[in-house]
Amino acid sequence: MKFLSHFLLLSMLLLLCACQRGMDPVAFQADGRPPKLSDWHVVEVRSGKLVLNEGVVPYDLNTPLFTDYAHKLRTVWMPKGTAAKYDPTDTFDFPVGTVISKTFYYPRTADGKFTDVARTYDSSKDFAGEGLDLAHVHLIETRILVHRESGWAAIPYVWKDDQSDAMLARTGAVIPLTLVDDKSEREDFNYVVPDESQCASCHAQDWVSRKIHPIGPKARHLNRDYHYATGDENELAHLMKVGYLTGAPAPAEAPRNANWADEHAPLDARVRAYLDINCGHCHNPKGAANTTGLTLDVSVPEDRHLGICKPPVAAGRGTGDHLFDIVPGQPEDSILPYRMNSTDPGTMMPELGRSTVHREGVALIKAWIAAQSGGCVAIH
Amino acid sequence: MRKTLLFLALPLALAACSHEEAPAQSSGDVSFEAKLQQQLLDAKPGSVIDIPAGHYHLQRGLSLRTDGVTIKGAGMDKTVLSFKGQVVGPEGLLVNANDFTIENLALEDTKGDALKINQGKNITIRGVRVEWTGGPKTTNGAYGLYPVKTQNVLVEDSVVIGASDAGIYVGQSNNIVVRRNRAEYNVAGIEIENSVNADVYENTATNNTGGILVFNMPNLSQAGHSTRVFKNKSFGNNTDNFAAKGAAVASVPRGAGVVVNSNDKVEIFDNDIADNQTANVIISSYFSTNYYNTKGVAADYNPYPKGIFIYDNRFKGGGDSPDGMKLKTLKTAVFGLTGKFPDILWDGYVDEKKLVDGLPPAEDRFCIQNGDVGVLNADGPHDYKNPSTDTKAYQCTLPKLPPVVLDPEPKA
Repeated sequence: MKFLSHFLLLSMLLLLCACQRGMDPVAFQADGRPPKLSDWHVVEVRSGKLVLNEGVVPYDLNTPLFTDYAHKLRTVWMPKGTAAKYDPTDTFDFPVGTVISKTFYYPRTADGKFTDVARTYDSSKDFAGEGLDLAHVHLIETRILVHRESGWAAIPYVWKDDQSDAMLARTGAVIPLTLVDDKSEREDFNYVVPDESQCASCHAQDWVSRKIHPIGPKARHLNRDYHYATGDENELAHLMKVGYLTGAPAPAEAPRNANWADEHAPLDARVRAYLDINCGHCHNPKGAANTTGLTLDVSVPEDRHLGICKPPVAAGRGTGDHLFDIVPGQPEDSILPYRMNSTDPGTMMPELGRSTVHREGVALIKAWIAAQSGGCVAIH
Repeated sequence: MRKTLLFLALPLALAACSHEEAPAQSSGDVSFEAKLQQQLLDAKPGSVIDIPAGHYHLQRGLSLRTDGVTIKGAGMDKTVLSFKGQVVGPEGLLVNANDFTIENLALEDTKGDALKINQGKNITIRGVRVEWTGGPKTTNGAYGLYPVKTQNVLVEDSVVIGASDAGIYVGQSNNIVVRRNRAEYNVAGIEIENSVNADVYENTATNNTGGILVFNMPNLSQAGHSTRVFKNKSFGNNTDNFAAKGAAVASVPRGAGVVVNSNDKVEIFDNDIADNQTANVIISSYFSTNYYNTKGVAADYNPYPKGIFIYDNRFKGGGDSPDGMKLKTLKTAVFGLTGKFPDILWDGYVDEKKLVDGLPPAEDRFCIQNGDVGVLNADGPHDYKNPSTDTKAYQCTLPKLPPVVLDPEPKA
């Protein structure tokens, strides 16, 4: 009898907590792949908005991966009483039970079809962080990264057209969309949701162990302010405050990547941050692209490892008839911007995660190469 | 337990009853593609994924990351995975796993590499056809069969046609057997690069730009050495070089039978090498590729080929129409308008710091025991000013390399 009353009390408390947002508590799924995104109770559709559950903390990166101009809502949740351990270089050591989500979406164009999406960096109408107003956004996919006893698992979900929920899509999807810029210029493209195995192409940064890890939650990416519901705050400081992170130094003491789009930041820092997040997960000494001798993570010195005068190894026709990865002062003769500027699957880099050219990114890399001096002189 | 995943059993049964040839699938067979992707995701060690006869169109590259999986088709002309309409790549099939076998199927018209196996041990590729069906074109994918950073690799009884870089390319690997394959209309037919202990035998390479290549590139995890090229047929490799500039093989002249570039301990014997219009055998250094520069090349990279042993080959024809103005001029200067290069052409770069009495140390020399075969030292270091046909320097022998033993031996 006593047991029963305890049980009832506990149930009522749980209900009360959940009632705050009308959502069941976040459900860590120790194995398997639930068929619906809503089975996780991390983000859910409520009254025309995609909202975050209790304890689900949003975050952003200084320089994010380019993914066909998609906007992203990133969140992290951990079981009560657990926290990630800070690391100055690598992904934080997250406890088992951690659920990370990343929702890809686009702002919709005014009066356009549902498949018309805006090519814009303006996220002010998205309400990202507190939730997304579904009248203004087109939700595409939500990827779940869950830390289980057996390691991290990546589980992709694709949103239904009525935006009521997202469904498990282990084999990915190809979604035809049209990017429309603010001058009404249109660009048709296929948004590609990677399959589970392709998730690992980026998230397994060591191709011998093949273990996958989150990429974004590293000190250098999170050391920035976020516009929380409670006001602006540094993300590292906020994670410490809510008990999700231990051991982090003051933000000023932590590494920080530049914002690639910040024109006040040094060109070199912007480029290195851009190459780090877009390329470094494969182009690192243990990654999938370690067969190439080209390393693009933020720690590599500015020499042949970064591609300066480096002959390509297995680029095939991806060289675009150029001899070296980077020819200082000569962006038009360099392979790096050539491959970034392509949408051909056999040529383009990165090889997954985009079907369009990131024009602003290509311009940034070209400006950086143009600012270098010296050229490459072949010796006979 | 060995689990067989029988896949699309119904079409197989139908094909068996009604048609001799493979049933044609509609373009972009979405259900086939999703099923195959799902099978690759669900595979467990020991899984056998059977793909019945059929011509299947795929939109997206496939990938596999589970150890111990076998992918089997009904034959290289019966089970065809066509990537003609590929929108997501870059490979046809990307494998990152150990104990992998693929056999008896074809991969056609991939946008990038056809079959890439990146990191893994005990790899068997058997009876696989890779083809770019529009003939040799720069826009074809780069590599056909492409194990890289692998250990214990067998590539046999396969066919590769039309790769814009190398048809069969084994890179940065160890313990390799490449045998009984046919490579045609690729820039490089068969290429062993930065690899250690490779046996390349009983292959046929024809109509490529270069037939069989053994290369070492800078800036990589290991330097290659110890390759045996024997009992192969390499003839008529006279297709114009259609590689994009910057590709490793873009510097290979049209009409090359066997090429060694910057690699060490290479044995070339008992081959039939014929009618390759630049030269039946070319030995060269990285200097001849035009990529060597101090900024972009690791200081410890050794660009010189060393310890090359050529013996008992059967040479015929070739050398009569070398590629490029420089080589044409050289040929006319030394052998006259109607003359031809000898069977072996060496660019003449040698590590002068190591010379003893004008010759490399015994283990680094080029040794030729091949009857009265001719050799041209092209004098590359001095822009071909002082070429020589004197063969005295090559009259030596080198210790023979042991055969490669695959351990474990692949299952038949």
